Amino acid sequence: MSTENAPQSMYRSREGLGVWEHRGKVAAVGIGHGPTSRRWDGKPDTSLGAISLIALRRAIEDAGVDPGDIDGLVMDEKTTTGAFWPRGQELPWDVINAYNTTDAPLDGITQLSAEWILKNMPELAGNRFTMYGPGCMSNAIVVAAQAIGDGLAHTCLVLKAWHNLPGRYYQTGANADDAIPGTAALRSVWGAPACYGTAIQFAEYCRKYGKNHDMMAPFISNSRRNGLRFPEGYWAQHRPEEITTEDYKAARWIAKPANLFDNDIPIMCSAAYLFTTAERARHMKQKPVYILGHASSRGQARSFIPTLDEVEAECAESGRKLLEAAGITVDDVSFENLYDGFPQFHQFHMEGIRYRGIQPGEALDFYQTDISITGPNPVSPSGGNIGSGRSRFWMHTDCIQQIQHRAGERQVTGVEPVIGVSGGPMPTGGNFTCWSATPDY
Amino acid sequence: MKQGVNPDDLTRPFWEAANEERLVIQNCTACDRLQHPPAETCSKCGSGAALEWKQMSGRGRIYHYGVVHDCPIRLLQEDQPFNCAVINLDEDPGIQMYSHLPGTPVDEVPVGAAVELVFDTAANGQKVPEWRVVTDN
Repeated sequence: MSTENAPQSMYRSREGLGVWEHRGKVAAVGIGHGPTSRRWDGKPDTSLGAISLIALRRAIEDAGVDPGDIDGLVMDEKTTTGAFWPRGQELPWDVINAYNTTDAPLDGITQLSAEWILKNMPELAGNRFTMYGPGCMSNAIVVAAQAIGDGLAHTCLVLKAWHNLPGRYYQTGANADDAIPGTAALRSVWGAPACYGTAIQFAEYCRKYGKNHDMMAPFISNSRRNGLRFPEGYWAQHRPEEITTEDYKAARWIAKPANLFDNDIPIMCSAAYLFTTAERARHMKQKPVYILGHASSRGQARSFIPTLDEVEAECAESGRKLLEAAGITVDDVSFENLYDGFPQFHQFHMEGIRYRGIQPGEALDFYQTDISITGPNPVSPSGGNIGSGRSRFWMHTDCIQQIQHRAGERQVTGVEPVIGVSGGPMPTGGNFTCWSATPDY
Repeated sequence: MKQGVNPDDLTRPFWEAANEERLVIQNCTACDRLQHPPAETCSKCGSGAALEWKQMSGRGRIYHYGVVHDCPIRLLQEDQPFNCAVINLDEDPGIQMYSHLPGTPVDEVPVGAAVELVFDTAANGQKVPEWRVVTDN
């Protein structure tokens, strides 16, 4: 079975589309996570495929669904955090042969196809629909929601997994070569690391609005604190370390004004959700969390790095599109879980949707107020990537769990979690979802 | 030291001009619009036939900068920390180029200052456009 990328028509990327036609008719019910690790140890039972099978089976069990009733699978085939199988290194045949394989030897190790999943989950014999939402969980969620609304599937697994291999981040491959192709050289010959573009936008933001790097400290501390309350996350599982204001200010620079804690940590991880129709969700084990709407941004930077003006315009448009799709105003939003990897663009997302009425240039002042899960203005209660490692899915898990009142120690108490928004990744290229406790809010 | 550059089909005119110490940027004659990085077609009108390479004056301004302390490129790691600025071209401030700003002390970059084109030499001898802050004298 060949799996295609979702067509652009499944993404709501234009303004003026009105309320989502399937508002409240699609729900998330089950959640499953695989174990996290910093890097793969080379064993079959910790491979990308293995942790994804765990995540999928946990989501099915959590929802209380008969696997034979599942008829859809939406996921992202690409899984790299920046790590690629080293050139010339022998393939891990013991791991490859531990599973049912596809034509791609590294399937289940450094990539993950829908075909591999279905070959290794015989209980999904009723599956009749697969599709890729390439990029991250934010894409896959949007595609799965649209697919169910459109009737392409009625009970659909949504999966995103990431692999990470031994070795330092982005230090191998072409970056270690003496020469590179001319097209790549136009960017990389100056040696800017991944966080550089966001750091430039943040620097311009600080200049424009009279803010400074230290003002990010409360957000970073709050995010890690929330992440340490996320038992599925990397830091909670392996390194329960808070980040104090002093830690943040003293951290080494990566690309000033972005320091170590302005970057997330690449990890191996996998998460799955079970989506279904609102009608079917009523009969499942967990409380349904309804999708009121989704929206996507497809901004094009004029040149290499989106300018602050481009970022602010795009985020404002994304915010308007999401609220329009959901048929709500920002005053209806109980909490936000917009993307934070890199944390220096979290404020662009927040200001774009005008969370708690904040305007461009006000988010860093907002961070100096009570943004905790116990206050009236919770910011990133998931803790995001800073709180639990690079997954781009903690924010979505948290929205579902908060509204189900299953967020455990992270449960927000200063607001009633009725409406949550999540999404990302990039300010000029992301997918956003509005979640609700009721289908007809 | 900068990594060497192996010009490919798309960027060969850019790199060949650099070796002659000229800066050329792709231009769509149908839209009268510059684009950089170059592409097979104009990002505005979609035309491939209307694309040409247009020589720039070699003047620009610093949009903003970062200081790279942890560079992923092996050959540049011995130069850390170093400035890495975004330059807006005078012909069209929407067009950006990167620069190490040779001659400007690390983290003492005058944002908004005028810069002029110079050239650096990469590991394999390829010349690379660079930018230097214009001083009054």
